[in-house]
Amino acid sequence: MKTSFTVNGTPCSLDLDPRVTLLDALRDHLDLTGSKKGCDHGQCGACTVLVDGRRINACLSLAVMHDGDQITTVEGLSENGRSPLQSAFVRHDGMQCGYCTPGQLCSATAVMSEIADGWPSHVSDTLAGPYAMTREELAERMSGNICRCSCYPGINAAILEIAEEDVGYAEAAE
Amino acid sequence: MTFDLKIDEPHPDHRADGLAQGVLGHESDRPDGWLKVAGAATYAAEEQADDMLHGFLVRAPKIGAVTCPNLDAVRAMDGVRSVLRDPRMIRNAAQGTANEAPVQGVDRAAYVGQPVALVVAATFEQARHAAQALVVSVEEDDVPVLPDTVTPEEPEDQNTRIGDLDRAMSEAAFKVDAIYTTPSMVSAAMEPHAATAHWDGETLTLRGSLQMLKFNRNELADSVGLDPKHVRVLAPYVGGGFGSKLGISADCVAAALAAMELGQPVRVVQHRRHVFEVNTRRSETRQHIRLAADAEGRLTGLGHEALVSNLPEEEFAEPVIQGSHFAYAASNRHLGMKVARIHRPAAGSVRAPGESVGVTAFEVAMDELALSAEVDPVELRLRNIPETDPESGKPFSSHRLEAALRQGADAFGWSRRHAAPRQQREGEWWIGTGMAAAFRVNMVIEAEARITLTHDGATIRSDMTDIGTGSYAIFGQIAAELLGLPLSQIDVQLGDTRFPPGSGSGGSFGAASTGTAVWLAGMEIRQQIADRLGCAEAELTLKDGVATVANQRTTLHDLLSDETIEGHGHVKPGDAFEKVRQATFGAHFAEVAVSDVTGEVRVRRMLGSFAAGRILNPRTARSQCHGGMTWGIGMALTEELTHDRRDGHAVNRDLAGYHLPVNADVPPLDVHFVEELDDWAGPMQAKGIGELGICGAGASILNAIYNACGARVRDMPATPDRVLAAMPL
Ligand code: FES
Ligand code: FES
Repeated sequence: MKTSFTVNGTPCSLDLDPRVTLLDALRDHLDLTGSKKGCDHGQCGACTVLVDGRRINACLSLAVMHDGDQITTVEGLSENGRSPLQSAFVRHDGMQCGYCTPGQLCSATAVMSEIADGWPSHVSDTLAGPYAMTREELAERMSGNICRCSCYPGINAAILEIAEEDVGYAEAAE
Repeated sequence: MTFDLKIDEPHPDHRADGLAQGVLGHESDRPDGWLKVAGAATYAAEEQADDMLHGFLVRAPKIGAVTCPNLDAVRAMDGVRSVLRDPRMIRNAAQGTANEAPVQGVDRAAYVGQPVALVVAATFEQARHAAQALVVSVEEDDVPVLPDTVTPEEPEDQNTRIGDLDRAMSEAAFKVDAIYTTPSMVSAAMEPHAATAHWDGETLTLRGSLQMLKFNRNELADSVGLDPKHVRVLAPYVGGGFGSKLGISADCVAAALAAMELGQPVRVVQHRRHVFEVNTRRSETRQHIRLAADAEGRLTGLGHEALVSNLPEEEFAEPVIQGSHFAYAASNRHLGMKVARIHRPAAGSVRAPGESVGVTAFEVAMDELALSAEVDPVELRLRNIPETDPESGKPFSSHRLEAALRQGADAFGWSRRHAAPRQQREGEWWIGTGMAAAFRVNMVIEAEARITLTHDGATIRSDMTDIGTGSYAIFGQIAAELLGLPLSQIDVQLGDTRFPPGSGSGGSFGAASTGTAVWLAGMEIRQQIADRLGCAEAELTLKDGVATVANQRTTLHDLLSDETIEGHGHVKPGDAFEKVRQATFGAHFAEVAVSDVTGEVRVRRMLGSFAAGRILNPRTARSQCHGGMTWGIGMALTEELTHDRRDGHAVNRDLAGYHLPVNADVPPLDVHFVEELDDWAGPMQAKGIGELGICGAGASILNAIYNACGARVRDMPATPDRVLAAMPL
């Protein structure tokens, strides 16, 4: 089946077996192995990518469902792999084995916009917003990304630091 | 040339303190971290090749004699290239350091989930589909699957009796006599086991997700019937291991066999649901703990007897009592192990085999003793610290438990605690605190590493792995410190059996073993530089690429021009292990909230205070401790691999059913390192830290639950139903 979408700004056209997941299309057909497969079941978050700016588990979605979509993977989060968030992950040791890391980074990127856009979470006091990036909100919203190495302290420190630095973001949250 | 060291004697010359570069012992970035955040570190299943074939393992649904009646029909399916039913396929992953093939064969399944075929096809989707279509018929064997339905083996060499424990119990002023249980648990590393195999007609090259390459190469060679010199194994990045990747795994052997048969590269990735069955689990344990104490809470008797299980022909038995041999003084002792031979998936090493569950149960018993003797739990531990090893009488190489306990208690604010349970309430939540001591044996194993120095930097090579432990970072720091180079001029290359054989990652021995080999290689280079400059090695100062001897400065550039200097380090464990008892020590503190309504437990904060010799990089060491402490949360509250009572199969074999701690389950974790240099640990005075953080961590939470609400839970994990059932009305 033919399908076309944009990955990290580059248009891609593929002719795929309809059973190919978005995750496998990225990893095996486009050689973008930054997105990881931890479970292939929607249970770990290692495969998190952004589709039109929102995070999804790429293992739970078929590639052919994404015709025309804008997809961002970890490889597309920055030009040189050293965005402020990526650098903060290194500085705060937000990874050990690194296998969950691309998913954490994509998820964190989406969490910042979800909060800015006024999306509530399970721990939000109201459904109306606005919401601030508290540790509790962050921990809740990042809980779909398992880290068995258990780097949650470093991951959270890195995201909170960037969220605070991001002035535009902080204003939106107020 | 090689600098060899057998660790027979202490190293009281703290050379690392006198070196000039100032990077060892300091925080530094993981060099591999930059690749990992960019998605550029390549793991086992991420090598691409145009003619790559994909294999999917097929599991036995029952225990017994296996046949595949529709084999021919599946072989004819779209894209299928082969269905392997090869007797060389392995039953389960090899045990750590096995160095030979584990049990092999596909005709008889010893446990539910054993791989019995590999379907190979042109695409992953075709292979998966065909694997699902393959019918596996089993003529069932009637075999035991419950540990308490068989007469267990009682290995005599794992039975220690000193004095008369029964008498000590009958004369004790205070005592504890209780049974504690822990369930099967799994490593659940985030990268599923995976392999990509290439065969060129002579050499097998396998990229795997493995922890100990020099052993894995021999295990793979033995499994497929090749000379090890025709086998190369690569694992430069490994997505977590925690013991589950110590030995060669089923995907590796199957991928290799398929590549050899088909002459094309083959990739096999274990499905997450295979990962739970095919690799080794942590055995469930049943632990009988007895403590006898005098009126002051000093132990007069100590008993720790454990029942664990494993498959037939597996030598490993979860060494539950390992920490109890040296943790506390008591003149009457009985420690023993029993092993039930049953047909659950194979058991093996999972992070801190032995102490993870043994110390955890024991430290709950110590809390029970503290309450009955009315001695503060920290004070009780302090009163029972042994002077020398309580069984052999050997001196400890270094023993910093007291400092860990006192510093931890201070930092946590332990003195503000209510000793009695059920004293603090916030709405529906009971609040309480608990503590536990941490113990873990320390090991060094044989390792080699090579450093090549040119005028523009140094390259370190070893087949050592970095499974998230920080090998890349600390080896770079060790070499930079010795050679006087900035970290940016050091390149660390790991995970290739073409490099000198390192220790591999496991048992917390990586940093002290391969790290010492790197140290020795660096020392050999220092010696060569000193020879060229006509001075003694100790007179040499190397910093930022400049060698200084008695105010004479020579740049590395002038010294070497186009030459290369090599250093090769080789370390072996030696008599130190006969002469002293060596271990790492620590203390855990936890605060929890327990719902009076639902029995739900939320951990509010945890603090760990750890002594593990010289800390080579506090940042990566801290992350290791975070990991261990978080595993303690899982062990205490959520992690349980449930086995079906009829056929032993792992019921909840995915990440939705097996509950790992997620971000919201983990509170702020505070880690403190106790200053310590253990001279018996080698020239860096450094010990392992990767496992200490889990040992006893869960007990601090269980003890906090009791302090909060009065529920004493002895069967882990403390799920809400168990907490509610144990809570006083
Ligand atoms: S791989 Fe997609 S959620 Fe685990
Ligand atoms: S860094 Fe290993 S799973 Fe997160």
